[in-house]
Amino acid sequence: MIETAYALLIGVFFATAVYLILSKAVIRMLLGVAVLGNAVNLLIFTAGRLTREAPPIVTAESGERLVAPYANPLPQALILTAIVIGFAMFTFLLVLGYRAYQELDADNTDTMRLTEPEKAPPPPTTY
Amino acid sequence: MASQTQAPDPGALPAAMIEHATAMADWVVILPVVLCLIGGALLLIMRKSRIGQAGLAILVTIGVIASDIALLMRTLDGPVSMTMGKWLPPFGIAFTADVLSAGFALAAAVATLVVLFYTQAELQLREVRHGFHALVLLMLAGVSGAFLTGDIFNLYVWFEVMLIASFGLMIMGGRKIQLDAAVKYGFLNFLATTFFLVALGYLYGLVGTLNMADIVTAAAVAPKVPMAAIASLMLLAFGMKAAAFPVNAWLPASYHAPDPGVSALFAGLLTKVGAYTLLRILVALMPGTRDWLGPVLVVVATTTLIIAPLGALAQTNLRRALGFFVIGGIGAILAGLAIGTPTGIQGGAIYAFNSMLVMTAFYLVAGLVERVTGEMDTRQMGGLYAVNSPLSIAFLVLVFAAAGLPPSLAFWPKLLLVEGSVASGQYWVLAAVLINSILTSIAGSRLWAHIFWRQGRAGTHSEQPNDRLRPLSPTYRGFAAVPTGALVLAIVLLGLWPNPVFEAGRLAATGLVDPVPYVAATGLAPANDAAQGGAAMASEETPR
Repeated sequence: MIETAYALLIGVFFATAVYLILSKAVIRMLLGVAVLGNAVNLLIFTAGRLTREAPPIVTAESGERLVAPYANPLPQALILTAIVIGFAMFTFLLVLGYRAYQELDADNTDTMRLTEPEKAPPPPTTY
Repeated sequence: MASQTQAPDPGALPAAMIEHATAMADWVVILPVVLCLIGGALLLIMRKSRIGQAGLAILVTIGVIASDIALLMRTLDGPVSMTMGKWLPPFGIAFTADVLSAGFALAAAVATLVVLFYTQAELQLREVRHGFHALVLLMLAGVSGAFLTGDIFNLYVWFEVMLIASFGLMIMGGRKIQLDAAVKYGFLNFLATTFFLVALGYLYGLVGTLNMADIVTAAAVAPKVPMAAIASLMLLAFGMKAAAFPVNAWLPASYHAPDPGVSALFAGLLTKVGAYTLLRILVALMPGTRDWLGPVLVVVATTTLIIAPLGALAQTNLRRALGFFVIGGIGAILAGLAIGTPTGIQGGAIYAFNSMLVMTAFYLVAGLVERVTGEMDTRQMGGLYAVNSPLSIAFLVLVFAAAGLPPSLAFWPKLLLVEGSVASGQYWVLAAVLINSILTSIAGSRLWAHIFWRQGRAGTHSEQPNDRLRPLSPTYRGFAAVPTGALVLAIVLLGLWPNPVFEAGRLAATGLVDPVPYVAATGLAPANDAAQGGAAMASEETPR
């Protein structure tokens, strides 16, 4: 039951992220990337099956092995890694967006045309 | 290899820990990555010394090449695996190398070495202090790690290592055009790795394991429809990383922005990691889904093969045109994937190996051309043949290599692709491969004619000798031109004596199509269901 709620929430996150990333403003794209990262983390968490109130801890009573039911610890490790990496990437893109705004005086991707000039020279006609 | 003797104990839980130390010889699997990471850390310490940084970076890269060669020699007898942290696979993170991964890692390290020499001529002190060499080594660590890892989440981590290092290299120098390029490159590549992470989450939810060798076994019995969805997401993610046709726009928009040495490194290494991962995942890990995605792969491969040289024809910026040649090479690798027979996969794998060396060399030659002419626009070049004829020879050889014409290594994988597509009746792929060769040779030889053959600059000056050409300085000749020339020579020699590469490519393709030795190397029980029956038969005659 709770999985359905999570799935819906992830859907909302993805929809928001896609909407924001499709924007022309770099700052909105950045927000979209941040939301997308959270959507993916929730997705991994849910894909690892949700188990309540059963920490995955081996105790002396449990006979040195995990006794079911226990929460899956692996998705948490994966998400932790993904959060760290995602945070580093987001930070870089944030600074990059800011520098691009300073240098190119543009927050609008339509006006970022240095690498792909708007008035590109016509293809060569000789040979 | 050490864990191969581990027999499952029927009564109790199977052992999950490694009891004894890893054999020293198995360390060679992680050596390429470890050397790069240690080297990168040391370079940060000595960031003020230019000569020290350059020397150490080159030494470390030579060490990486040596360990890649040692690894390749070992993998000729079968895949090598090492599991870290004492947990047996599928729990511990494993590095598993076969001929394909070791060969690609070797090509990547060789390309990096040449680029490191080249950049000594063009680097400014500021860029050295900003950690250029450390970033190059970190990128090589990411690329080697992605090739050698045997754990799919670990693969994601290496992709991100590679990506963050390439971000740093992309904006090194801080020119406006680089920031503009980095926005496009950064967002789209980060999105691609995020798509990969989504696919990874689904895959884990479905098969419950992240070890690649374990996925081979689990994916064979997993429900078909979710697997197809996961494979489609993977195809999208790595198609973006590899710059396959519908999602290729970021590559010609960004690769020409940084300095030539950096763009050569990117062109040689980055897209091929995406192509390698597609080969590994769609052929070895989920062979069933490759058959499902077959028609999609054919469309993607053929359109990439044909669109790429057309894009190159329309360009006047030299390195932007080369960007389209990189995409064309990706099309050829995808064609091998689309054909799907061992011959086709062998062709795709050898083409990827070849493309790593050729594209690095091509961008470096383009960098030399830009240096001599002082221009990035082919219309303002011209008359170069009179000033620097060796450069024109190297350029022409590389045009042949990009088009897949005989004196270069690229001819042989193209031949395999043609053979494979005829044998499996995939005439669309056959037509696309041939049209790609023709169009690429037209686009490339026209670039050559514009830059070298035409007397002077375009327009009214075209009949007068170009007076703006400057001969290369001794630094450029020694550090940049000689290593680049050596790489071009190596490409020609490999084309004339292709047997070792050809044979290694055959072993690599066998290893992908029949993953039983790959699974066995990690110590996991090989799959024994009917679907793998034919493959198991084939594995009885051990390669070499």
